[in-house]
This record gives sequence, C-alpha cells and structure tokens, in this order.
Amino acid sequence: MKWWSALLYAAAWTQATGQVPYERIVDAPKEPGSWLTYSGNYLGQRFSPLTELTPANVAGLRVKWAHQYAERLQVSPLVADGVMYVTGPNTAAALDVRTGRELWSWRRPIPKDYQNIGFGRVNRGAAILDDRLFVATLDCYLVALDIKSGLERWTAKVEDYKPGYSMTLAPLAIRGKVVVGVSGGEAGIRGFVDAYDSKTGQRAWRFWTIPGQGEPGNETWQGESWKTGGGSTWVTGSYDPELNLVYWGVGNPGPDWNGDARKGDNLYTCSLVALDGNTGALRWHFQFTPHDSHDWDAAHVPVLFDAEVRGQKRKLIANANRNAFYYVLDRTNGEFVAGKAYARQTWSKGLDDRGHAIAIPGTEPSTEGTLLWPNLNGGTVWFSPSYSPQTGLFYVAVREIGSIYYKREANYKPGTFFAGGGETMAPGTEEAGFIRALEATSGQMRWEFPLTSAPWAGVLSTAGGLVFGGSNEGNVFALDAKTGKPLWDFQTGGAVGANPVSFIVDGRQYVAFAASRVLYVFGL
Amino acid sequence: MALLWLAAGALAQTEAPPDQDSGKKIFESQCALCHGQTGTGGRGPSLHRPKLDKAPDDDALRKAISDGIAPEMPGAWQLNPREVASVALYVRSLGKVPPEVLPGDPSRGAQVYDAKGCAGCHMNAGKGEGFGPELTSIGARRSGAHLRQTLIKPAATLPDGFLYVAAVTTAGQTVRGIRVNEDAFTIQLKDALGRFHSFRKAELKELRRLRGESPMPSFENSLTAAELDDLVAYLASLKGKS
Repeated sequence: MKWWSALLYAAAWTQATGQVPYERIVDAPKEPGSWLTYSGNYLGQRFSPLTELTPANVAGLRVKWAHQYAERLQVSPLVADGVMYVTGPNTAAALDVRTGRELWSWRRPIPKDYQNIGFGRVNRGAAILDDRLFVATLDCYLVALDIKSGLERWTAKVEDYKPGYSMTLAPLAIRGKVVVGVSGGEAGIRGFVDAYDSKTGQRAWRFWTIPGQGEPGNETWQGESWKTGGGSTWVTGSYDPELNLVYWGVGNPGPDWNGDARKGDNLYTCSLVALDGNTGALRWHFQFTPHDSHDWDAAHVPVLFDAEVRGQKRKLIANANRNAFYYVLDRTNGEFVAGKAYARQTWSKGLDDRGHAIAIPGTEPSTEGTLLWPNLNGGTVWFSPSYSPQTGLFYVAVREIGSIYYKREANYKPGTFFAGGGETMAPGTEEAGFIRALEATSGQMRWEFPLTSAPWAGVLSTAGGLVFGGSNEGNVFALDAKTGKPLWDFQTGGAVGANPVSFIVDGRQYVAFAASRVLYVFGL
Repeated sequence: MALLWLAAGALAQTEAPPDQDSGKKIFESQCALCHGQTGTGGRGPSLHRPKLDKAPDDDALRKAISDGIAPEMPGAWQLNPREVASVALYVRSLGKVPPEVLPGDPSRGAQVYDAKGCAGCHMNAGKGEGFGPELTSIGARRSGAHLRQTLIKPAATLPDGFLYVAAVTTAGQTVRGIRVNEDAFTIQLKDALGRFHSFRKAELKELRRLRGESPMPSFENSLTAAELDDLVAYLASLKGKS
C-alpha cells in the first residue's frame, strides 16, 4: 500500500467515526500509518507494513522530535489519527505526532503503601477502542479515558494491590472488551486473565490461571499450594479474530525457586493458554516448563502466523520462551509442531516429539547453589519479538547469562516476597546478547547480530526489509531483515528498554523508541 | 517474574538465633571466591583484621554483607537476615585471627615504587598517571598474596570488566589500549599515554580482544626477592585518603 492510500484510509475512518472501532484494529495491516494495538496487529507480530524506509535509505534516519519524562519509559506507543498515546507508571498522555507537544495528560496517584514486589514501577502501553484509551495501573485498576480529553470515563478495580497484585502491561482491546493480566508472581498471588466491558467497566469474565478445587488441573498442585501458586499474566496477549481466541502467556509458579511444597506440574503456570474471547473459557493449553523452579515465565507476546508445514497450510503460534526453547504450535488446538533451543541453555537435553523439554537431573536450585544457563530472566523476557510475513523469520532479542540458583525456605505472608531463594550471576562468566533471526516454522537460526550485553528491548520488523532494535548501551539500530547486516544506529544516551513502533507523519514513515526517560522519534 | 532480583532479599526469617557455624558454611560457599576459603583475602581483602574499614560495627557489617560494597562487592541478597547475621558472626571471629604478616618493609617499598616507575601508569594519593587502576587504597581491597601475584603475573589478576584491546584501522595502524567504554557499534580506548581513541567498529579492519592480557609488565625478573617483598608491603599499606 502506498503511503497516500494509507493516509486516505485513516482519514476516511477519522471522518466517519472519529474513533477506533474494533474492525479498524482487525484491519490494522490495511492502515499501516497507524499503530492501533500493543503489537501493531492482533496477531502479535510487531510488523509494520510500511515500505518507505529500506536498507538503501535507512542510514539517513534523523531525530524528528524527542519527549522527556520524569520516569524511566518502557512504553510501546499507540498512534491513531495524528495523535500518539504514551503511558508511564499510573500516567498517560496524548502527544501531537508531528511535534511531540502534549495535548493532554492524566495521572493517578500511586498509593503510599503500594509495593512493587519483584518488578519495576513501569508501564508498557495502552489500548485503544472506539473513543477510549485503556490504561492498567500499578495499584491494579483498569481506567478508561476519553481519547479526546484524557478525562476518566470509568475506573474498574481489578484486584487488591495489598497482597501483591499489580499491572504494568498494555491492555488488549477486542470486540467490546478489554483484556488484562496481572503481575505479582513473587508475592504468592493466584493469577488470572480478566476481560471488562469496554463501555461500562463491568467484568465480563475471569480465567484463573490456577484451577480451583474440583477443577481439572487442580490435582497438579500439592495440598493448598494452588492458593498462593503465582501464575501471573503480566505481558499482553494476542488475539485471533477469526477463531475468537485470546492467547496469553502465564508466569511462574510460586514460590519461585523452591518447589518442595508444590509438587506436581503446577498447571497452568509457565504455559500458553487459549481462551474463548466471549467467555474466557479455556480451549487449550501448552505447558512449556512443568513444575518450574527457575522463574521461567511464559509471559511473552504470543506470535500468530500462517505457514505451510510439511506441505500443509497451518494456523500457527510461536513462542521464544524464557526457558531458552523456541516453540511452534497449532493455534487451533495447541498441538506441538516444531521447536528447538534458540539461546544457550544447560538445563535440558532437548525437546521430545510432543515438545516437552527433557530436564537434566540436578539442575534444580540448591542450598549451595546450582550453576545454569539461562538466568532467571531467561533466553528472552517480556519485550516483544517480531515476525515478518515477507521473510518468514521470527526476530528475537536474546539474553545469555549464566547464573547460580539458590533454594531457601519460603513462608507465605500476604504482601511480601514469596520466592524461596534467588540467583546471582555466575562469577567468571560473561553475559552475552544478540538479535537473532529464526526460521519461524522451525526455529532454525538464520543470522545473529551481537550486542555488548544482554538486551532489555524488543524488536520491530518492517515491510521495507528492516529490523529495528535497541541496546542497554543506548544504541537504537536498524538491521537488514534478510541478513542481519547493521545499516543505521544512533546513540540515545540512555538504556533502551522498550519496544519500537512505526507509523506515518505527514506522509513519511517514522520510527519511535523509548530510551531511559526520553521518547525519540526518527524519520528521513 | 522477579525482574528486579536485587529486591528479592526479603526472605522469610526463622526463629533460630544466628550461629557462627552456619555462617562459616555460607561464607565458604558464597564469599570465599573473593575473600579466600579461610578469609585470608584474594581478589577481596583479608578479613583477618580486628577492625574492618567498611564495617566498623555489627550493623554496618550486616549491611555490607547484604547490600554489598560498590563497585566491586556484590550484595548477598539471596541470604535471609538470620543467614546474614550468621555470616557476620563468622566474619567477626576472623578478626581475632592474627592479621597477615608481610615480610617486607613498606618504606623501602615506597622507594622501589618510585624507582621502578609505577607512577608512570598508576595514580597514588594524587600523584602519578591515571592509565592503570588507582592504587591509593589498594591495600584495603587486595591481600598481600594477591598484590604479589599481580606484580609477578599481571594478567592473572585482572579486575572485573577489564579488557585490553588492539584496534586495527583500515589504514593498517594498530592502537592498543584499555577499553573504557563500548556499545554494539563503537568502542572507546585509552592508550598508554592517556589519550582517548574512539572507533566505529564497522570502520576497523580488526578488533582484537586481548583477553587475559594486561599492558602492565611482569616484575618477576626486574625485582629482587627483597624488593618484591618491600613493594608488596608498601602497596598493602595503602589504605586510602585518610
């Protein structure tokens, strides 16, 4: 699509509705000048169909504007109808996308007794639907703001923050509903995925990630351990509008590093769950790490794509998991299709035919310490991977750190750490980081670009043939999507710990990155 | 999800009082790597001292164990308060062991230091050059044995994160220096004359990471045994800008 037809498409919507209806998000690929949902499209691909920036001209990217904040940013901005929406911890703002000048801002005070147990005070973005912007807060409220004024339409209490529930993620808006998940896996919460009516703020459904007594899966927990079993849902999921399935990654079981009192597989922790969009009913699940004791959440953006596998067209879902394995599943039923390690790991012999990792004995945390790769943050973590339908490659920012895992006692007390140990970087080892391109259907590595340390920033691929990423050392950069060759870089002066996005301003392609406390916007 | 692992220190306490024996076990598995199996020091200082500079009282010692001492000593955040207190008890017991006795004479060592040109690379109490690590308080951070080894075989005791690099430009010129900063696209070096060099990696013909190498020469053959003893004693006596 040419930029001007994309512009006309967006303009037509603006005039007709002045808002972002569900259908517009479903058709996001037809409107590449906007960025309407966390991952750019419902499929979780973080792929921009824009083609102005190419390997031939990307070296000419320059800063167009920057916007400074009081807090460290992890935001993936949204862009619709000439306005950019950004969030911070309990804050949101609308910016003029041409200049970065603020149009409105909103703030909700963080309660004095609020504690962030096991994560930073951050926010990763908003969701937009119709005339509303939805923001999830640290003190565990979902807030609907009027997109024109930033004024509150409704505020829904998702859970009590005092025992450790919190939210840092961007909500996912589907037809008539806003879906959120919670943080708190180190505080002994019982996790869930919630959906709220976008008009009223009434809860439409809740899926508990840990089955209650009498429900299938509860038998995978010892005694009462399910009540404090964790299973947080702290990273935004994806959605298949045709199947009406919401896909969500579930976090680790608690206590994290001591599984003695929660013997069993601990469903549905460290799993991917497929939920009915209307009811929240579980359609299928796939557990990547049964009875995890290394904090290897499956809290990743699930990436949906269609491809041919062994001569058959398949609806697929991919996950580069914190446990260092890449998995491809059939997204209609959860069947394992392919998988292999994509990052250094020393805990498993590999995947069996059903995609279950074969654990090596003696790799559990111990009193004296157990040395393993990857560390607790895994082969990759919350920041987004990207899938390009053009190259058929899955791009992921990879972390390789060796760690000594310790096991300690754990006693549950509401609102305190319930971790049962911890880890420390293995002395005498060096951390490593990469951007890697994997064949999406197999996980076979096609290229890698080395970084100086293990990254905390996601990647974006574009139809122009580029992959954008960021580093802890402050670089933002563009690589050739086919070869990984570096084509452009810029030193932002602050660690990049967010996901890039791309959109159109005045007919030209822009790319935005948050680096430390500054949001940078680049164009030719 | 524990992204902030530092915060994971608040672990459940048990009722039992701290005890020195369990402190010793923890010390041997988690502190000995730097402080030596019996606390005689190594990369970290000897703890066989009645008074610890960074931990004058018990509260300060427990805090140092649990939070660490920047920039080199990591915090033992994985230990619960009782375990920290047990390690502190054990470390205090080490203070009753007589301190390391070094054979040399510090004042003669100071003359060796001057004669051998150490100040050409190292800053000490405001005098010298800042190419190598500052030595003003090296005796508070390193044991005598560690200092001796550094003088004999410098590359065996490189500080964490230290990297000596040879950058070969497209013109064929080689610049050797200590890496002072690096990102995915650029590297900054400091050469032996203290000059900074900045390179884009794409513009270099070769970037050799000289792992395990040090620009410091070995003094094994250029010092007599007595001079080496004296120099070690002098360096060990450097305890800071008091």
